[in-house]
Amino acid sequence: MLHIYCPICERYCDETELVCGGEAHIIRKDVTNNDQEFYDYLYARKNFKGVTFERWRHLFGCGKWFHVSRCTINNQVFGSYSIRDSRPPKSLLTKIKRLRVDFKGWIK
Amino acid sequence: MKKYSVFSIAKEAFNGDQGWEKAWKKNEPKAEYDVLIVGAGGHGLATAYYLAKNYNITNVAILEKGWLGGGNTGRNTTIIRSNYLQESSIGIYEKARSLYESMSQDLNFNIMFSPRGVLMLCQTEHELRAMKRTEQANRLYKVDTKMVTPDEVKEIVPIININGPRFPVLGGLWQPRGGTARHDAVAWGLARKCSSLGIDIIEQCEVTGVKSSQGKISGLDTSRGPIKAKKVCFVVAGHSSVLANLAGFRLPIESVPLQALVSEPIKPMIDCVVMANTVHGYLSQSDKGELVIGGGTDGYNCYSQRGSFSHVEETVRALVETFPVISRLKQLRQWGGIADVTGDRSPIISKTPIGGLYINCGWGTGGFKAIPGSGWATAEMIKEDNPGSLAAPFSLDRFVEGRLIDESVAAAVAH
Repeated sequence: MLHIYCPICERYCDETELVCGGEAHIIRKDVTNNDQEFYDYLYARKNFKGVTFERWRHLFGCGKWFHVSRCTINNQVFGSYSIRDSRPPKSLLTKIKRLRVDFKGWIK
Repeated sequence: MKKYSVFSIAKEAFNGDQGWEKAWKKNEPKAEYDVLIVGAGGHGLATAYYLAKNYNITNVAILEKGWLGGGNTGRNTTIIRSNYLQESSIGIYEKARSLYESMSQDLNFNIMFSPRGVLMLCQTEHELRAMKRTEQANRLYKVDTKMVTPDEVKEIVPIININGPRFPVLGGLWQPRGGTARHDAVAWGLARKCSSLGIDIIEQCEVTGVKSSQGKISGLDTSRGPIKAKKVCFVVAGHSSVLANLAGFRLPIESVPLQALVSEPIKPMIDCVVMANTVHGYLSQSDKGELVIGGGTDGYNCYSQRGSFSHVEETVRALVETFPVISRLKQLRQWGGIADVTGDRSPIISKTPIGGLYINCGWGTGGFKAIPGSGWATAEMIKEDNPGSLAAPFSLDRFVEGRLIDESVAAAVAH
């Protein structure tokens, strides 16, 4: 069972309280997207094996969205941060680098 | 290849069973092949088999990171059916189902195909309507399915509780020609046949790099040295995105764990496959007597072949309500596989942005039933450098063009 910190409720929750909203920080450029760019936004995913950055929602709680960094190999959870952050905070990246030697930094 | 038959068994019985040979050879990689297939699971092996059988292409190697059939091929609930909604899905799944019927004879290996019938329960009004629609679609494309009433459901599966209370059974979609097969035997039978046709099976060989020049593939770097090839096909299910990242493109795929479990072995109590899609649970009984139980996928991407405990609990809870008689059974084993799920729940059999590099993936939670059909279609695509009529609808372009083959409505969950 994953224990993930909800930054809004300021407490740890079980995974059954939460839903995962998939990969975070995917940018939709603008309304002039062509088909290929729209495919990249809608469907193409990194589906990374290792440290990932995701959106999660505290469904059976405050109902709010936030970001989580997690490892998709061993389910290690590194930390949560605000949904308003357009990239992972530096302090979190430093923490992940300390914990995981295989982490090569955040890829946009 | 020594033929398996009643005579060879009798002969070996007098010979002290000393004459049996290894079912397949363990090969060292050569420097170059015509075709490289990455992934020695069912789909990869079937692709190699049909390349040799249908097109006489045998200078082929199958590379496998772990061991043969150790991924999803050995981790599923072995259900075979073809009662899909869309024309293109029905085409490939029905092809696969019909190939399964003669597979034991084709491979000279008993894959224990057992067309015991697959029953999909309707437990909400919505599902009942959706299944009726599927039945009509099946009839149009000549797939043998029919709707059955709750009383008929009870007759087919006497142990079922059709009265709810939460999800009463309102009907069912019955495919009598669906069933199960022994999943390991499918991998082993295909491997044995491939090996006898001269195809190299190279286990413990991980792909570490993809080499291409001028937009065309030239070979692969592996943990056992570089191998050259003009045509390469990735058939690696859950790890498709990892290899695609090595090759420099992204796929519309998310890798999520899907779990299955078996109970302790008991006397025969259910002689068909029952799928309850509303409550996320399927049940069948293996020849050993274990109840084989499958559930839904986890809610987040992961590459660990375990899955979350809360999902096992959910699956078992749902099945105990539908089959109260199993409530005191103990769980014997539980495992997970990494399902490569696409947005429309349909597979990808396609060319890629790199010339000579093909991909067969996205079977998600229901790849086992498609093994021979998928191999057939992928072999055709590799030979012709263009997908044939079976594979064409499943190209990667469909996501760009918005031409989705929506099976998520037809199945709603893992299937």
